[in-house]
Amino acid sequence: MNETAIRVEGISKSYQIARALSRQPYRTLQEEVVALPRTLWKRALGRSEPLETFWALTDVSFEVREGEVVGIIGRNGAGKSTLLKILSRITEPTRGRADIYGRVGALLEVGTGFHPELTGRENIFLSGAILGMRRNEIARRFDEIVSFAEVEQFIDTPTKRYSSGMYTRLAFAVAAHLEPEILLVDEVLAVGDSAFQKKCLGKMEDVAGQGRTVFFVSHNTQAVRQLCGRCILLEHGRVISDAPTDETLAIYNQRLRDMRVDAETGINNPENRRGSGAIRFTGVSVEGTDGEERYGFRMGETIHFRLAWQLNESMRGVAIVIALRSGISREMVTSARHVVTTDHLPAGARGSVVVEFPDVYIRPGEYPLYLHISEAVPTKTNYDVLDDLTPPLVIAPGGRRTNPNFDPSQPLGVFSIPSRMIAEQTVEQLSAVSADSSRARVPASE
Amino acid sequence: MARGRPRDPVAKTILTVSATAARPEGSPQTVRRPTVVIQPTRGWAALDLGELWKYRDLLMILAGRDVKLRYKQTGLGVTWVVMQPLIAALIFTVMFGRFAKLPSDGHPYILFVFAGVAMWNYFAAVLQRAGNSLITDARLITKVYFPRLAMPLASTFSALIDLVVSLGVLGVLMMIYGVAPTWRLLALPAFIALAALTATGVSLWLSALNVRYRDFVHAMPFLIQVWMFASPVVYATTIVPARWRLIYGFNPAVAFIEGTRWAVLGTSSLTSRMVAVATAISLVVFIGGAFFFRRVERGFADSV
Repeated sequence: MNETAIRVEGISKSYQIARALSRQPYRTLQEEVVALPRTLWKRALGRSEPLETFWALTDVSFEVREGEVVGIIGRNGAGKSTLLKILSRITEPTRGRADIYGRVGALLEVGTGFHPELTGRENIFLSGAILGMRRNEIARRFDEIVSFAEVEQFIDTPTKRYSSGMYTRLAFAVAAHLEPEILLVDEVLAVGDSAFQKKCLGKMEDVAGQGRTVFFVSHNTQAVRQLCGRCILLEHGRVISDAPTDETLAIYNQRLRDMRVDAETGINNPENRRGSGAIRFTGVSVEGTDGEERYGFRMGETIHFRLAWQLNESMRGVAIVIALRSGISREMVTSARHVVTTDHLPAGARGSVVVEFPDVYIRPGEYPLYLHISEAVPTKTNYDVLDDLTPPLVIAPGGRRTNPNFDPSQPLGVFSIPSRMIAEQTVEQLSAVSADSSRARVPASE
Repeated sequence: MARGRPRDPVAKTILTVSATAARPEGSPQTVRRPTVVIQPTRGWAALDLGELWKYRDLLMILAGRDVKLRYKQTGLGVTWVVMQPLIAALIFTVMFGRFAKLPSDGHPYILFVFAGVAMWNYFAAVLQRAGNSLITDARLITKVYFPRLAMPLASTFSALIDLVVSLGVLGVLMMIYGVAPTWRLLALPAFIALAALTATGVSLWLSALNVRYRDFVHAMPFLIQVWMFASPVVYATTIVPARWRLIYGFNPAVAFIEGTRWAVLGTSSLTSRMVAVATAISLVVFIGGAFFFRRVERGFADSV
């Protein structure tokens, strides 16, 4: 059995939140001076202003062994990032204790400490030092970092002149050459294009392959499935499941399914739900043609989206957009817009619609849903968005109408568009001689 | 309130030892200690110098970044380091030397005021940069761990470069005016150290307070201005009545400014008693500031 890398015992973290939501996290001296007599008076009477205590984490315990790759998943606000901030010592726990055995590298964002005015060279040293590397360590790996980032020519140019791709590559290169025994990663994959995200995933697989410990926080279930052998599910700051990834993800998706989307769901969470409230989705259900609600489908099956809504203000018509995001890069891979009506509707109007996606030839994987409803002529405020608030659509291979050209061993791309060969088969046999000679040359060159 | 008590480190060690002994193969390493123990700190934690030492490269790189950034995309570049004190000294010479005819202890007024301006600019620069350091780099604080002390401390070092250049300019001015330094010049580093200690101490308070009360961003320019006129930058301590001198000396800036004049120009009304008082006060401010900083440091990431 490997030795312990991280031991977390009963970690809790609370934040004090002032009752009034308008209160800022910091106060001005003036505010405090003005409030002073009242505060003192109340304190004298033993009635100090009640602050609401919000527990971001409650009694979290687990152990990670050396060489393990552990995923942490949960919805926004479940406490994932707080946990990571505690383990990387950015913030302190309110209670509990964590022992860490080994050098920690925390990647909470790409390009920590980069300054646009500084050159690539200067930023490598700055960012490296901030991430915990010694100067000579950075100097030793300098060339490697530069060539990994492919920015050799621009190394003495201020990074503000870099393209965003170069900037991200350089930033990631520094982080990738940090050689910690324990790597803490937070949603780094949420930035950059999909090629870059693949590179990140690949690098993390390398790190894991070298027997180092990786602690990967994400709500990208597909990436977690790909990387992690074990997965911890957090919900409202508590550990709900700590088990092999498949088990935990099954629980996670089940819990998502059990949660009914209505007009209020996720309303305080701008990452998942946006809009002014002038119009709201009141119900979302994904169904098969038999009308049974489910999120798992096979390739080529027909999917029904049943959406219900309500207007809180009068509007000129209603239009909806249904889009699928990629489970890995979170880019939108397809979208469909339907104008439900162009009639003038009064406040309080309700309605529902079913949109059919016939023969979904989409490759197996997880596809978070993006649902948008707005006035028929979209305005800046009259809309409602459910972004990855429902369970993701899960497509499995092997439906009855699976595209015959689909090769499950090569999961490339997003769509599986039907294709067929129309030219005559033309295989010329003239390569027989040259193939022999090239085969003969190979051992000779060894 | 039911709060978890901090674990007893001794009990913890014993536990680890017995666990190791129970293992059959018994590795040659005796006890495997955690590299880092994360738990809530309570009360007044002392300055963790060991941790700071581990991050000394970062401290120097941050200081270097400050210097580089200040003169990026400027037409005059580092010439500004020379220009700033020189222009200030010229203005003061005209205003206070020629028009107001303030005494300068018998030195050419420009030398007298330049020595004061050089030291004062250093002090003020540290206060200003360090005071805002945690706010300007708030992103860093919420995204990565390092001893937070490195940020205000980096300002102490980055401003030193400007001071050294200024002192070089002072040397040139002295040559022009034919003033030769004496053996007292050897005491100069001690007064620079006193200035650094005082500036760091005050900026520990300012930077930490700034995270909680943004008022300090606005109050700082006034604080620095008032403090300057309460210090012998443009005038000599001799214009302060003798019976007030000791109280006046409670301002540590008096000691390092007059001390610098004493070391460089030779004469001054500085007494050893004033230096002792100033050093003591600086130490108190510094140690108090360090404890205060450590006390509020744990909440930085949550409130910045």
